Amino acid sequence: MHERLVRTLTRSARAVAMAFLMLVFIVPSSAVEAPAAAENPEIEARMMAVATELRCLVCQNQTIADSHAGLAEDLRRQIREMLAKGKSEREILDYMTERYGDFVLYRPPFKPATALLWIGPALLMAVALTALATVLRRRQRMSAEVFDPDTPDEEADDDAPR
Amino acid sequence: MIPELGHIILLLALGVALVQGVVPLAGAQRGRHDWIALARPTAYLQFVLVVLSFICLTASFVRHDFSVLYVASNSNSALPLPYRIAAVWGGHEGSLLLWVLMLNVWTVAVARFSRSLPQVFVARILAVLGLLAAGFLLFMLITSNPFERLLPAAADGRDLNPLLQDPGMVIHPPMLYMGYVGFSVAYAFAIAALIGGNLDAVWARWTRPWTSAAWIFLTFGIGLGSWWAYNELGWGGWWFWDPVENASFMPWLAGTALIHSLAVTEKRGSFKAWTVLLAILAFSLSLMGTFLVRSGVLSSVHAFATDPRRGLFILAFLVLVIGASLLLYAWRAPSVGLGQRFGIVSKESMLLVNNMLLAAACAAVLLGTLYPLFLDAMGMGKISVGPPYFDTVFVLMMAPLMLLMGVGPLMRWKNDELTGVARRLRWAFALAVVAALATGWVAGQVAPATTGGLVLAYWIMASIGVDLLERLRPRSGLGGSIVGRARLLPRAMVGMMIAHLGVALFAFGVAMVKTYGTERDVKMGPDSSTDLAGYHFRMVSVRNVDGPNYAAAQGLIEVSRDARVIAMLQPEKRIYRVQNNPMTEAAVDSNLLRDLYISMGEQLPTGEWVVRVQHKPFIALIWIGCLVMMFGGGLAASDRRYRSRLTRDAMLRPAVLGGRAR
Amino acid sequence: MKRFLLPLALFFVLVAFLATGLRLDPREVSSPLVDKPAPAFQATVLARPEFILRRDDLLGKVWLLNVWASWCSACRVEHPVLIDFARRGGVPIYGLNYKDKREDGLGWLRQFGNPYRDSLFDPDGRIGIDYGVYGVPETFVIDSKGVIRYKHIGPVTPDVLRDTIEPLLRKLNA
Repeated sequence: MHERLVRTLTRSARAVAMAFLMLVFIVPSSAVEAPAAAENPEIEARMMAVATELRCLVCQNQTIADSHAGLAEDLRRQIREMLAKGKSEREILDYMTERYGDFVLYRPPFKPATALLWIGPALLMAVALTALATVLRRRQRMSAEVFDPDTPDEEADDDAPR
Repeated sequence: MIPELGHIILLLALGVALVQGVVPLAGAQRGRHDWIALARPTAYLQFVLVVLSFICLTASFVRHDFSVLYVASNSNSALPLPYRIAAVWGGHEGSLLLWVLMLNVWTVAVARFSRSLPQVFVARILAVLGLLAAGFLLFMLITSNPFERLLPAAADGRDLNPLLQDPGMVIHPPMLYMGYVGFSVAYAFAIAALIGGNLDAVWARWTRPWTSAAWIFLTFGIGLGSWWAYNELGWGGWWFWDPVENASFMPWLAGTALIHSLAVTEKRGSFKAWTVLLAILAFSLSLMGTFLVRSGVLSSVHAFATDPRRGLFILAFLVLVIGASLLLYAWRAPSVGLGQRFGIVSKESMLLVNNMLLAAACAAVLLGTLYPLFLDAMGMGKISVGPPYFDTVFVLMMAPLMLLMGVGPLMRWKNDELTGVARRLRWAFALAVVAALATGWVAGQVAPATTGGLVLAYWIMASIGVDLLERLRPRSGLGGSIVGRARLLPRAMVGMMIAHLGVALFAFGVAMVKTYGTERDVKMGPDSSTDLAGYHFRMVSVRNVDGPNYAAAQGLIEVSRDARVIAMLQPEKRIYRVQNNPMTEAAVDSNLLRDLYISMGEQLPTGEWVVRVQHKPFIALIWIGCLVMMFGGGLAASDRRYRSRLTRDAMLRPAVLGGRAR
Repeated sequence: MKRFLLPLALFFVLVAFLATGLRLDPREVSSPLVDKPAPAFQATVLARPEFILRRDDLLGKVWLLNVWASWCSACRVEHPVLIDFARRGGVPIYGLNYKDKREDGLGWLRQFGNPYRDSLFDPDGRIGIDYGVYGVPETFVIDSKGVIRYKHIGPVTPDVLRDTIEPLLRKLNA
């Protein structure tokens, strides 16, 4: 009697063990599709777009999108929440500048203090090209004695044939 | 013992540099040939001394001598040998010694390869270089001694910043410095010519190969830095307009302008004053870059540990060197002749327009980099100027320049007309537009800004094509095969074409990767997978590995396409033991058409990892473009007219040599 | 031929700016909240989780807001200065326990002393964001109308207290 009980129990135990092992080791052949890291990928993408415009105040040479600092994570969370509430990028950037100043914007705002910064490059280009044009035109009007005499070009085949 | 030896040798080097800087210069003024003759020997001697000192510092690192403060701050007993050597230039003091070493390398190169130049001129050049070296040696000895002792010695070092423990770090600073510092040669040539009054077309021809060589190294150094940042920093970016990146880019822009300006001066002996000013400015920007990185004036990831006292010294040095140079310029430039004349529409003018655009771009980068400082200094608050600004401004300024790159090379010297050039190029332009639109369509999306960029890239390539076609066409007096005619093309011209092609490739890569790059952030555990851009990424496992000075979680990701396995990538998340900072080591599968970039983020409480997968089309062209630019530059610099001997110079007509200061 | 002096002139202007820059700290970010009303808050107090403190409760008196955390080593440096200030009486200091755990914060105060009338409990850092906090410690001076008059970044040293904060407090209380 005892023996039969023991045999049944042993066989049951083995069956259970086999079933367990089968469940654990026979995995489905196709890999599981990895879920997106973010809960809401669309908001996440928009958040990253805003976050690349903002400077991390802790690391100071990374954007809030890239920084691993605690503050950067907090601000990314803040941006996600604001986007979920329907705020626009402009409103989020204003929110940040109200609290951290213009320093937090990697794209400097256009105001009187930064006018020179934004207009400067175009101005520089205009000045440079105008100066060149002026000098060249002035030289055109000068007489030939002011210049060195022309010499025939030594590498005459420098120019493409006509 | 060795550190003290290194220190004493530096003191000796300073003495020699001072002699090298003063005596030949005085000798040149007074016609004392015995003093002039000291230039080369002192240059060689200084070089030997600086090399020995550098070896002493390297030895201290290799031997783990933590009684040297600099070694203790930048090394560790577990640091592998290659990085121990790289650590020599990992910090402020050692990088200064590298600066001086590079300066000496260029100096002896000039001493060695200048036999066909007038000796008085060479003496002045070597003297100027000697004075620069003396300045840096003085700076080191007074404020930044790499051999300073730490007593009692540290038990172990603070380790090299993990970000710098990468093969790229071993080679990026030396190459960058070779470029940066290399512009000192063009600078010295300019100063020597201003002092001596022999500023002419021949001077331009002598200066050109040295400028090209420096430019090649700087291109390499900047390209390497960008490539290294891309591979090493783990977020897939390759340029951030960080102040220190800008500090190396501005001399590059000025140097590119200088190469083109030298072409005009060499050809016509004109715009000498502008060329000389550019030579001074290019090196001044290098010096200013040194100031910005080490003074604490700007915040940057690259900035060395700062100390206002050091900043003050460098600023004083800057004022002395640049101030004196610009004063010399203001004094001598007015009497420099105008050279030969050329038409308003001509290759010379186009080269000068190139100069104006590059100078404006350089000034714009300077403006953006220093603007926060300007406002802060005037008490007008703190702002940041970052990639959104620079990307917009710089690209807009480069567009006209790229347009010009297609026109200038086809224009004739001295006189030409726009209609003729336009006629020759109309098909090239049409082809460029069609190709750009086609590319966008094939890639899946035609975006206006991208199409603009692609048009410019294709335009340059098409223009080169037209140029080659015109030159290789059979014409009277020049029969034979195409190959024969191709061999007759001057190296300088082929070099130019190749260099411009490099720019086009670069622009193409940038346009493609910025527009069509995609990425995805997913949570991955073993056997999970994701798809991106037609590629299938399956995480096989994550296991713990131990490096020499770090512990890492290493993922194994199988990349396949159309069920065929392409690569097994192993991104890592490392923790470096000494400084205890985490680092992402991205895994990249790279080919000409695209990069697949995988980086591991955080590990979640569930045990899964956040993994970012990026598809970056054509990003390799960015760095291949740089390499092609370098190759073109090298080809151009090796043109036989720069390897001329004394005889050739003697054959030059007096008229060309006659553009002396009056 | 004066135009050849232009590069030199421009260079000197540049040097003037660079020289001024040597005395500035590019990393220090001044607060845009100075002379603006202190952002509203409503939070539990560290010692008593059931009690809620609001900004408006503090109107009518000048007070200091000191941002601190148990994990912040620099806070330990300034703590004796604050304890001493609190002991001398006068302007009350309220703490903002920033991104901390309640037990850790209380334990820290027990160990190093408590100069605060009360400490606001801000585990998520949201009040910190509203106040533009980016590093710990930071200290705000807020007047009786609830307007922020001064923000100090970094530990409060005896010099800062004596030369900047206390004169301001005297002026506000006059």
